[in-house]
Amino acid sequence: MRIWTRGGALLAAASAIVLVAGCGSSGSTSTSTSGGGGTTAGLTPPEAGKAVPTSVGKTEGKLNLIAWEGYAQPQWVRPFEQATGCQVSTKYGGSSSEMVSLMANGGGGQYDLVSASGDADLRLIYGGDVKPVNINLIPSWKDFHPFLQSPPFNTIGGKHYGVSLQFGPNVLLYSKPTFPTAPTSWSVLYSKKYAGQITVPNNPIQIADVALYLSKTQPSLGITDPYELTQTQFNAAVNLLKQQHPLVKKYWDLASQEISLFQSGTTVVGAAWPYQTNTLVAAGAKVADTIPAQGATGWADTWMLATNAPHPNCAYKWMQWATTPTVQAQQAVYFGETPANKLACPIMDSIQKGACAAYHANAPESYYQTIKFWKTPLAQCGNGKNDCVPFQQWVTAWTQVVG
Amino acid sequence: MTVTTVREGRPGAGRPSTGGSARVSAALWRRAWLRATLTLTPPLAWFLVIYLASLAVMLVTAFWTVNPFTNTLVHSWTLANFRQLFTSTYLTIIGRTVGMAAIVTVTDALLALPFAYYMARIASRRGRQLLFTAVLLPLWASYIARVYAWIVILQKGGTLSWAFQKIGLGAVNIGYTNIAMWLVFSYIWLPFMIVPVYGALERIPDSLLEASGDLGARNWRTVRSVVLPLALPGVVAGSIFTFSLTLGDFITPLLVGGASSNFIGNVIYSNIGTAGNLPFAAALAVVPIVIMVFYLLGARALGAFRSL
Repeated sequence: MRIWTRGGALLAAASAIVLVAGCGSSGSTSTSTSGGGGTTAGLTPPEAGKAVPTSVGKTEGKLNLIAWEGYAQPQWVRPFEQATGCQVSTKYGGSSSEMVSLMANGGGGQYDLVSASGDADLRLIYGGDVKPVNINLIPSWKDFHPFLQSPPFNTIGGKHYGVSLQFGPNVLLYSKPTFPTAPTSWSVLYSKKYAGQITVPNNPIQIADVALYLSKTQPSLGITDPYELTQTQFNAAVNLLKQQHPLVKKYWDLASQEISLFQSGTTVVGAAWPYQTNTLVAAGAKVADTIPAQGATGWADTWMLATNAPHPNCAYKWMQWATTPTVQAQQAVYFGETPANKLACPIMDSIQKGACAAYHANAPESYYQTIKFWKTPLAQCGNGKNDCVPFQQWVTAWTQVVG
Repeated sequence: MTVTTVREGRPGAGRPSTGGSARVSAALWRRAWLRATLTLTPPLAWFLVIYLASLAVMLVTAFWTVNPFTNTLVHSWTLANFRQLFTSTYLTIIGRTVGMAAIVTVTDALLALPFAYYMARIASRRGRQLLFTAVLLPLWASYIARVYAWIVILQKGGTLSWAFQKIGLGAVNIGYTNIAMWLVFSYIWLPFMIVPVYGALERIPDSLLEASGDLGARNWRTVRSVVLPLALPGVVAGSIFTFSLTLGDFITPLLVGGASSNFIGNVIYSNIGTAGNLPFAAALAVVPIVIMVFYLLGARALGAFRSL
């Protein structure tokens, strides 16, 4: 369900940022290269000046969350309620855009926290719906993987608009009998050798995966960011996808589809999430995944604090609780993703043998640097020009590719 | 109940009224137009507000656009969405959807005719009941469960391939193709064809068949000149179901389709869900409506609604 539901918010996110950029930027838009923040350089989030608490006060007895389904399970919510006296109510968001609309007006004075994904974060920040948090009140933060401590999608100008939670890469899944050694390049997805045995996600954001591949294999195109493509770069990516189309057996919509495609041996190589690999391996299928030399795309989620949160102290308690190694490990294993907290690794293994390595929670920092996290493709790219292809055209092009 | 009581008690016959509710009942009984209005208002309001109004809103949306940057609706009239429909990408998808609906309808008609004929005219009373149960039983199971069952049958190394190998025909791998979609659609909508065809065949009086025989027609001639023309309205009625249900489906293409299996419904879905382009989705949704309007007009001309 993830890609299925998450892509929906990309355009919505694009809209908000451009709106804000159009209205709010009085100064010159300077160039910046730091990921999501770069697209809105020169802007200040409305809540940036808001004072952050220096300590967590008396808890309010209640906490209202907006979360992805599976992010507020009884295993770790009940102990929290017992320890803090904060009764947790959870509203599940079906998509990033639904989460953003639920968070309108700073959570509407109703919601305290939202487990927003990278494609919704900037919209919430620049929409003034979330406010800075005092990261010193979150003790586990220092144990985070460095790249998730102040990532550009939730930290602007040194202000943290929440704490990172979990993330996952989009990996290359392959069948071991076909590939005795792991493929080292995404090129296998475009190889005629595997015609009719390839599967890729049915999602326009897949164009970014191609762009990432082209950025390494065709340097003359000059692709520096797979989410910021000029028309020429975009056309090159779409052309490669059109060449790939006759080789594809199925564009998968649900993780379960890819699992059954590999289980039956219908496909031997494809783009996937670690979840599919681990489910297949657990079922005895001879498959493995890898991040090829060109790197990979991925997603990352953040607990963000609503501007008008009615129960801020319980919210801080929750951010503290959700980032502890135990809860991080429980959630990572339950949902099939990688925790932000490095110390979660041994606990993951105690919950499910080998889980830490399976979800790359113990990988070296260089591994994470290869992941380009999802963000909204905007016309206004980081180079200060407005010549990039916006997300709506990604969708149209994707329809043409799939046909 | 109250109405009956009042009727028996002859309202207005000089007896003292038995209460407020009785007076209301009496008033309703005397004014047929009021009764009809009150009875028809809720379903009519439902039809007008919920169904027609929502359709109208959707149709209007199709003439607007979204601002590509802000993703908000731009309320200026344009035909751009409809023009975009006539590009090769979408014509291919529309053609695929309509073509599949037509093939599925023909397949189901060919399967349903002999089956319904046996049920209506040859089977014993008990056999007919059994067959009816067999036809309707799959409808009790979830649509999704039945589609998934077909994935298991058709995929590589699945039941079908296994059976083919057992009888020496070699392995088949037709999972995730348009052939798989055709099989699944034909299976899923078959009951919707059998029931109306059965209804039409059952209504043919025996005397017509006997008359045909008396006039010297052999079996095949009777079938061609008597049975088939009288069954046609039933077939057309059934085809409305099989055609429109296939035309509007997007789950079967998603689950059993291959790399080039997008239906109109799939593109509508991705335009709303992923792209947030409501106007284009609305324009695309007009296509099946227009197709069905013409289909229903044709079906009426062929007498389909007499069999419903």
